[in-house]
Amino acid sequence: MKKGWLARIAAGTSLALAAASAWAYTETSGGYNLPTGATEIAKEVHGLHMAVFWVCVAIALVVFGAMFYSIYAHRRSKGHKPADFHESTTVEIIWTSIPFVILIGLAIPAAGTLIKMEDTRNADMTVKVTGYQWKWQYEYLGEDVSFFSTLAADSNKARQLGSGIDPKSVPNYLVDVDNALVLPVGKKVRFLITSNDVIHAWWVSELAVKKDAIPGYINETWTKIDKPGTYRGVCAELCGRDHGFMPIVVKALPEAEYQAWLAQQKGGAAAPAAAPAPAAAAPALVELAAGPATTATDAAPIQLAAATPAAAAPAATKDLSREELLKKGETVYNANCAACHQATGKGLPPNFPSLVGSPYIKGPALAHVKHTLNGAGLMPPFKHLSDLDIAAVVSYERSSWGNKSDIVQPAAVAAARK
Amino acid sequence: MAHHDHAHADHAHDEHHGPEKGIMRWIKTTNHKDLGTLYLFFSFTMFFIGGLMSLVIRAELFHPGLQFVDPEFFNQMTTMHALVMIFGGVMPGFVGLANWMVPMMIGCSDLALPRINNWGFWLLPFAFTMLLSTLFMPGGAPAGGWTMYPPLVLQTGNAFPFLIFAVHLMGISSITGAINVAVTILNMRAPGMTLLKMPLFVWTWLITAYLLIAVMPVLAGAVTMLLTDKYFGTSFFTASGGGDPVMFQHIFWFFGHPEVYIMILPSFGIVSTIIPTFARKQLFGYDSMVYATASIAFLSFIVWAHHMFTVGMPLAGELFFMFATMLIAVPTGVKVFNWVATMWKGSMTFETPMLFAIAFVFLFSIGGFSGLMLALTPVDFQYHDTYFVVAHFHYVLVPGAVFSIIAAVYYWIPKWTGRMYNEQWGKIHFWLSAIFINVTFFPQHFAGLAGMQRRVPDYAVQFVDWNIWSSIGAFGFFVTQFIFIFNMLASCYGWFGRKQNLPDRVWEGAHGLEWTVASPAPYHTFEDPPHIGEHDHELTAVHDEVDALDKHKLS
Repeated sequence: MKKGWLARIAAGTSLALAAASAWAYTETSGGYNLPTGATEIAKEVHGLHMAVFWVCVAIALVVFGAMFYSIYAHRRSKGHKPADFHESTTVEIIWTSIPFVILIGLAIPAAGTLIKMEDTRNADMTVKVTGYQWKWQYEYLGEDVSFFSTLAADSNKARQLGSGIDPKSVPNYLVDVDNALVLPVGKKVRFLITSNDVIHAWWVSELAVKKDAIPGYINETWTKIDKPGTYRGVCAELCGRDHGFMPIVVKALPEAEYQAWLAQQKGGAAAPAAAPAPAAAAPALVELAAGPATTATDAAPIQLAAATPAAAAPAATKDLSREELLKKGETVYNANCAACHQATGKGLPPNFPSLVGSPYIKGPALAHVKHTLNGAGLMPPFKHLSDLDIAAVVSYERSSWGNKSDIVQPAAVAAARK
Repeated sequence: MAHHDHAHADHAHDEHHGPEKGIMRWIKTTNHKDLGTLYLFFSFTMFFIGGLMSLVIRAELFHPGLQFVDPEFFNQMTTMHALVMIFGGVMPGFVGLANWMVPMMIGCSDLALPRINNWGFWLLPFAFTMLLSTLFMPGGAPAGGWTMYPPLVLQTGNAFPFLIFAVHLMGISSITGAINVAVTILNMRAPGMTLLKMPLFVWTWLITAYLLIAVMPVLAGAVTMLLTDKYFGTSFFTASGGGDPVMFQHIFWFFGHPEVYIMILPSFGIVSTIIPTFARKQLFGYDSMVYATASIAFLSFIVWAHHMFTVGMPLAGELFFMFATMLIAVPTGVKVFNWVATMWKGSMTFETPMLFAIAFVFLFSIGGFSGLMLALTPVDFQYHDTYFVVAHFHYVLVPGAVFSIIAAVYYWIPKWTGRMYNEQWGKIHFWLSAIFINVTFFPQHFAGLAGMQRRVPDYAVQFVDWNIWSSIGAFGFFVTQFIFIFNMLASCYGWFGRKQNLPDRVWEGAHGLEWTVASPAPYHTFEDPPHIGEHDHELTAVHDEVDALDKHKLS
C-alpha cells in the first residue's frame, strides 16, 4: 500500500517536472492542470477546481493519515491486541454531519458560478457554431459571414496512419485549423451551438466553454474574453472516426482589429472554405496564391487572418486545364473527402464506400456533381465549396485510382446548383 | 474441478447427487458452486480479452501520431473494451461470487432457482460470441462508444443488430441472476439468520439485485428503440423525424448510474468482510453500513443527468443534479470512515486479501475524491469527456471493483479448493498491481485537466509524457495479472504439490457460516439448514453482540 503511494508521488513529481510545458498549446497553463483561463468565468471555474481539490486533499490527509497510522500501530506483529468496540451512534452522526457541512460550503459558490455561466442575456454579438463530421462551421449572425474550420493541412498530413512525419515537428499538432474563429475581446459573445449530423461538443478550455452540439437542438452559451490571444480547443464528444481531428481555434482580437477582419470577410463573401484561405501574413500583403495555405498559427503578434477575396474570385466560369483541375482536386480531396473515403479512394466499407469503380464515378458526371453538392445518407452536403473546388475534386475522383471517367469544369457545377 | 470429487467422497449422503463427469457436468449443472466457478472463469476470460483491447488502445496512445491502428478501429477498441469489461468482466465476476458465497453465507443448500441459474450463465457465452464476432465483420465492431449515443451509433454497420441483441442477452442474464439472488436471500435464510445478522456481502448483493431488476429493463428498452430507429423507421431519437437524441441519454443514464453502483456495492460487501477478518475486530457500524448502502442505491436513481451536464439542461436541472450528486459523498464517506474505524485498534495482519482490501479503501477513495470534483457542475464542464473522467472511473472500477473481486478470490479460494494460494506470489502480485495501476491511471488526471479529451487515437504533443507513463503502467498491470491467474489455477488443480489440508476456518479471524463447512466446501452444503441461536456469534456478521452486552453489564 505504502509503496503504491510512494510510486505515485515519484511518478507524479517526475512527470510534473517533465510536463511538457514546452509543448503546451494553452496560453494559461503549464500542461498538467486546468488552465487559469482567459475569461472571468474561466478564472472562477479554475478557482472552484482548486478549492474542491484542496478540500479533497485535506480530507485525504485526515482519513488516510488515520488509516496508515492504524496500519502502522495496530498490527499483530507489534503485539497489538484487538479492541472490541464496534459501533457508536455519536461517531456516526458526527461523520455524517461534517461532510454535509463541507458539501454545503462547496455547493454555494458552485451554484453561483453556474448561474452566471448560464446567463446568456445581453450579448453583444452571436456566433452560430455547427458541428459536422468532422469540422466546424461558424456563422456570424447578422453579419453575413460564415465559414468552415477544419484541421490544419500539416497536422492532417502528419496524423495519417504511417505518415512517417514526427508530430513534434508539426507546429500545434492537432490543435490548429485552417480558419480560426475570430472574436473581439471585451465583448459578450453568445454561441448558438448545433450539429448537422451526430453529437459533437464544442470545448475551449481557456474560455471554460463546453457545450454539446446536438442535431435538432440549439444550445446556448457565452464567453467574454479578457485578453487577446489564441485559444485552442477540441471536439469533446465522440463523433465517429475523426473525432480526435476536429480542433477549435479561437483568435481573440482587440475590437478595432476584429472590425477590420470582419470587414474583410464581408468583402470576400464567397466562403473561403476548401482551399484554406487565411494566412498569418501582414494584412496588406495578402496575396494568396492558390497553393496550400499556411495555417492560422499563433505567430506572436496577432495578425489579421485576412480571408481571400482573391482566392475565390477568379475562375468561377473559366475552364481549366486537366492538370490544373487534378492538382487542385487533390488538395480539396485531402481536406474534405479523405477522412471517410481515404487517400487511397478505397473508403472504409460499408459506412464509407470505395470510390474505386463506384457507380457514381462510372456514371454521368452530373449525378456525381449533384451527389457531392447535396450529400446522401451519411455523407454531408458540400454546397459550401466553390464551383471550382467541386469541379476539381469531382474531376480528381474521376481520374484517380484507376478511374477513367471524364472531368468536369466549374461552369457545369454552377449549372448543377440551379 | 477435481476438488469436488474429493468433497463428494467425504460425504456419503451426497452419493446420489454428485456431479456428472466430463463436459456435460458444466453444461447441465444447476449447482451454485459449479455455476459460481463457471461465472468466475468466464469473467476472467473476459478480463483477459478486454485487457488485450486496452493494450491496443495504450499501444496506439504510447506516442502521438498514428502508429498501429486506424482511428475507426481504435474507436471499436474503446467501445468493445468497455462493453466486455463491464458486462463480461465485472458483472459476471460478482454474480460468480454471489453464486458461490450467498447460499453458504445464509445457510441454504443452493440458490432458489437453480435451472434459471444455469440458463442465466449459459446466455453469456452466446452473448459475447455474438458481440465479439462483430470484430470480424465488414465494417468492424461497434465504434460509437459503450454508451451507444444516437445518432452516432446508428452509423454502425452490420455489427449493429449484433450489438443490440448481445446487450439484450446480457441484460436477461443479469436479471435472472439478480432475481435468483434476491429470492434466495429473502426466502432461504437459515433459521435465526435475521436480515440484520446477514454478512454485508449478502446485504450489498441484495441491494444490488434490486438495482439490477430496476434498471436492466430500462437499458433493454433503450436499445430496442435504437433498433427500431435503425431498421423499422421509427424516430425515437432522430431529430429529423421529431425524435429527441438527448432523450436516449436520459434513459441510458437512468440505467447507467445505478449500473455503476451495481459494479461497486458488492465490492463494499467484500471489503466489509475481509477487513474485519484480518483486523480481528468486528466491522464498525454494521447498521450504518447497511443504511449507507441503501442510501447510495436510492441516490443512484436521482443523479443520472450528472453524466450529461453539457447537453444544455435548464439551470434548475443542473442545480438539482449537482446537489443530489454531491449528497452521494455522505454515505460513501460513512463507509470509508467505518472501514478505517474497523482497522483502528485492531490486531492487523496483511495477507494478500487484506492488502487488496486496504488498497481498495485507499484507491477507491481517490476515485471518490475526483467524483466529488466532477459533481460540481461548473467545473464538470471542464472535466467532462476528458481523461480526468477516464482516470476517475478507472480508479473506482479497477482498484475499486476489480481489486475487490481479486481480494475475494484470494480470500475464498482456500474454501473453494481446499488449497491455500502461495502467499509470497500473492504479495508480489499485489505490489506490482498496486504500483502499475497507479502508474496507468494517475497521470491521466493531469492529461485530462490539461485538455486531453476521451476516445481519441492521437493527441497534441503536450500530452506525450502522461501517455507514455500510462501505457507503461497498462502493459505492466496486464502482465502482472498472470501471476494471479497461475496462483489461483494452481490451487484449483493442485499444481506444485499443493495439498488439501486446510481447516474449516481457514482464516483465524473469519466469521460466518461458510467457515463451518469443510475445506474444500462439499458439493452440497447446508442441505439441513443450520440453526443460528442467539449465542452462535461466530456464525454471523454481528458476531460479538453477546460480548458487547456482557461488557455493558460489567461497566
